[in-house]
Amino acid sequence: MQDTEYSRPDPDELLRMLKKEEEKSEKGKLKIFFGMCAGVGKTYAMLSEAREAAAKGIDVVVGYIETHKRMETAELVLGLEVIPRKKIEYRGTELEEMDIDAILARKPKVVLVDELAHTNAPGSRHARRYQDVLEILDNGIDVYTTLNVQHLESRADTVAQITGSIVRETVPDSIFDAADEIKVIDISPDELLKRLQEGKVYTAERSRQAVDNFFKQGNLSALREMALRMTAERVDRQIREYRKGQRISSAWKSGQRLIAAISPSPHSISVIRWARRVSYTMDASWVVVYVDQSDKLSMEQKEQLAKNMKLARELGAEVVTTSGVNIADSLIRVAREQNASQILVGKPDRFVFSRAVRLIDDLMQRSTDLDIYIVGQEDSPSKKKIPNILPKPQSSPLQYLLAVVLVLFAAMVCFPFQELVGYRTVSFILLLLVSLLPLKVGPGPTVLAAAVGALSWDFLFIPPRFTFSISNLEDSLLAAMFFLVATVTGLLSAQVRKRERIIRQREARTSALFALTKDLSSAHSQDEVIKTAVSNIKKYFDADVAVILGDAEGEMASSAHPASSFFPDQKDFGVAAWVYWNEKKAGKYTDTLPSAQATYFPMSGPRYPLGVIGVRLRDNMKLSFDQENLLENFISQITSAIERELLNDVNRRSVVVAESERLYKTLFNSISHEFRTPIATIMGVSENLIDRPDAVRADLSQVQLNEIHLAAERLNRLVANLLDMTRLESGMIKPKLDWCDIRDIIGHSLKSLEKELEGHPTTVDIPGAVPLIKLDFGLIEQALTNLIHNAALHTPPGTDITINVSVIKQECVISVSDNGPGLPAEDIDRVFEKFYRASGGNAGGTGLGLTITKGFVEAHHGTISARNRPQGGAEFIVKLPLSESVSNDLKATV
Amino acid sequence: MNDKSEGASPGGAVILVIDDEAQIRKLLELTLESNGYSVHFAISGKEGITKAASERPELIVLDLGLPDLDGVEVLKKIREWSEVPVLVLSVRSAEGDIITCLDAGADDYLTKPFRTGELLARVRTALRHKLFPQEKPVFTVRDLQVDLSARTVKKGNESIRLTATEYALLALLIRNAGRVLTHKYILEQVWGPTFAEETQYTRVYIGQLRKKIEDDPTDPKIILTESGIGYRLQVEAELP
Repeated sequence: MQDTEYSRPDPDELLRMLKKEEEKSEKGKLKIFFGMCAGVGKTYAMLSEAREAAAKGIDVVVGYIETHKRMETAELVLGLEVIPRKKIEYRGTELEEMDIDAILARKPKVVLVDELAHTNAPGSRHARRYQDVLEILDNGIDVYTTLNVQHLESRADTVAQITGSIVRETVPDSIFDAADEIKVIDISPDELLKRLQEGKVYTAERSRQAVDNFFKQGNLSALREMALRMTAERVDRQIREYRKGQRISSAWKSGQRLIAAISPSPHSISVIRWARRVSYTMDASWVVVYVDQSDKLSMEQKEQLAKNMKLARELGAEVVTTSGVNIADSLIRVAREQNASQILVGKPDRFVFSRAVRLIDDLMQRSTDLDIYIVGQEDSPSKKKIPNILPKPQSSPLQYLLAVVLVLFAAMVCFPFQELVGYRTVSFILLLLVSLLPLKVGPGPTVLAAAVGALSWDFLFIPPRFTFSISNLEDSLLAAMFFLVATVTGLLSAQVRKRERIIRQREARTSALFALTKDLSSAHSQDEVIKTAVSNIKKYFDADVAVILGDAEGEMASSAHPASSFFPDQKDFGVAAWVYWNEKKAGKYTDTLPSAQATYFPMSGPRYPLGVIGVRLRDNMKLSFDQENLLENFISQITSAIERELLNDVNRRSVVVAESERLYKTLFNSISHEFRTPIATIMGVSENLIDRPDAVRADLSQVQLNEIHLAAERLNRLVANLLDMTRLESGMIKPKLDWCDIRDIIGHSLKSLEKELEGHPTTVDIPGAVPLIKLDFGLIEQALTNLIHNAALHTPPGTDITINVSVIKQECVISVSDNGPGLPAEDIDRVFEKFYRASGGNAGGTGLGLTITKGFVEAHHGTISARNRPQGGAEFIVKLPLSESVSNDLKATV
Repeated sequence: MNDKSEGASPGGAVILVIDDEAQIRKLLELTLESNGYSVHFAISGKEGITKAASERPELIVLDLGLPDLDGVEVLKKIREWSEVPVLVLSVRSAEGDIITCLDAGADDYLTKPFRTGELLARVRTALRHKLFPQEKPVFTVRDLQVDLSARTVKKGNESIRLTATEYALLALLIRNAGRVLTHKYILEQVWGPTFAEETQYTRVYIGQLRKKIEDDPTDPKIILTESGIGYRLQVEAELP
């Protein structure tokens, strides 16, 4: 016996349960009123409970109730708030459906939705009502609903067997499993029949029909048993869950797994349902496997396969598609990969002798430790409806004809030469032909060709000719050998060819994915990713693609990305929005909003949806399974690429933030110093003057006033620089180009620097032939002023400054040089950096002047460089392009 | 020198200052009143328009950055009924606004921060143009003498030959001596309205003119460039 201390719950298990509970708590709670068939009083019970809840003050509304004109039921609805139904026009008649948008907008605590298995009118958002209910639950609204046992997907077959009528409207078992509460409404069959006779369920006329067809005592008992058993199973399961949580005993089994093999046959449905039941009672997870043998499937088979897979998914299976020539080998491989202990296969039909029987033999032989279950076909009435249960011939009649004609033709051609080469040689020629045939035709025609070859050889060549009889034993052996060898060769090469085709397809798929991944990884922005995605999907699926992204606030963009190859209309946009918010695929070929033009797939992000991809196939071609799988693979690749770019963006932005933080600090330090120095001067000196106006000598006060003036000018320059810098950085600098005389600009700069240039002999050298240039006068003037001021500021008094203008090729070159100490050699490249200041530089600079000059010059598409002249001193060279110029000697032509 | 006595005539001209900044108002009050003008204030555009009508000022100093109305709007409103000279105050980066104002009828402009000497000179020029428009046939600046009635130009003792267009340009500047003229205005007046955008003409002709009348064309003292706006002919009163 284990001590209590050791029977603590498995933490992973607890976590899983917690997660499940959490998920549930965000969603609305689902309560199902469950019964064996119509008329047991589910709706009545639901309404009674709703009234009780309403009486307690809970916000209950009626989403959809079918009263079936039953008086008692109708009375119960009175007094409850009813959401008006939505009217849908369909082929001239008006149908009424539940208005899901109105319910979501009303947002009650509980909504009543009758008849969970109902199929909505075409044109509704979802094909089925249970999908409406799931969406309502997702929105945090509780739902009360009603359901009969025959409508459960996994029971539909059995019910059909019992009652003889096919159940069309089924709901996936998963919704039953996910219900928070199941309330069984049970009355005895006798009582139900009594109610029926009293006309409490249907009107008299319908009652009689119903009693004759469906409501037979035997049927009802069976249905009742089924309903009660399902509920019991559920209770049993709940107890087990509870035990797992509490770790009451060690009765917990290690996770079992079973796999079920399916094919494009309607029989697979029974296999799937059976697998679901077994896995449910065993508490095992289950995987449904389809082995793609690359046979060409007919449209019907494709659809059947799609249905089978969908059913499996709905019933909670994981669906795996794999390729392989041998089904048994593939199944065993998957079983090992998935760590499954059981394999379920369908029992082969008696008439089909070929593959299915072999499959079971193969499985038996190779599966060693695995359990193999063979599921019998349920003799469902639906079987009669499905024609052509035999596998379709893989080769068309044309191929057979071709094979026969070719062999006969070859025989005819050889006929005249038989004396020359001998009749035995002819057999080799025919043999060669037959062994080449599989290149063009399937195994069937090849075998036929072998037979025809053998017979025609016998008839036309083997003596006695023109009879099928053979005179000597050797020849009869040869004829028999011919047939055997031809058949074997033909079949073998057919198999090789098939294998090759599978490999090619697999290769094509892999290389398509590889190409996409490669393209995506070389895309460097979100736009590029989308462009790549659109072109790849277009290329491999021959489809138009629309990409609609979500924005940073989590809202969906109001139009498709410009790189899209089609743009959804308003209606389709609504579908895309639904997909975006519900993160489920919808649109054409799905059960949700199937009237859309295209299929829309969600791109789910970590926190909010990233967007939606719409795929519109050309010529209304439906995708095969493989293609659909590939497309979904594509979309998940694209999604992660978009997510990657999004993260990159975030990263880039944080780098920018870090950079601007650094600049901010530098700016803060520099500016606070630069501002405080002149302010301190102004405050200090003016205080002196205010406090002791008489104590200061007149000439001294003049000096002090001068200081104030200088400080103010310095402040003014600093502010001007900062404003220019701000203009540059905000990208607001757009030069207003106008014809300018460079002489005029330099003259103006020098004039504004009159004071600063005192003590710096300045020479200006401008040749007469410099033309007018299109410039922004103010910006270039500021740029040159900064350069010249820089030269004056960082050279000792007495240093010469030379300004030289020349026109070289198509550029106006302005050089500002001095014969001072020059720039520090190691810093030449850094002089234009923001806040760069030469070590030991003169005070009064802001570290911005040259940066601004560079910015203004570059705004004119010009360049600036700095160097130390060989003869000593620094030189700054500005080059401005002369794209358009007017000769300065424009003579008075006007 | 005589300009100064004209501006500061007894009783002084009435000047209306429209500016919302108290410190600027204080500075203008100190500067203008100590030079004999009588100063009135408005602290918003609307008040400015009202006072321009009620106080009948001879000059308005208008700040462009007002809290309620755009300065250009205020100017346009005043220009609807009054020809009073308007001197616009603005910050440096607003060249576009200055041109708009000058084209809308402002007489002159001044950028902040300004020197008080500069302010007084502009005020005098604006008032003089109002009081004595083009009163003298002979105009003298530095060593340049222009006789507008005889259409002769002399630099020192040498007579200078100007082309017809050059003379028209110089005469226009002289008639508006001391005031800033925009490129557009000069082009319209000298070349005609269809040339209003052809700024290369003014640049080229001013360059030619400077070669003929300035001592050093790279350091002009008579025709001054107003960065990004236009030109101004220097008047003698500016000499220290």
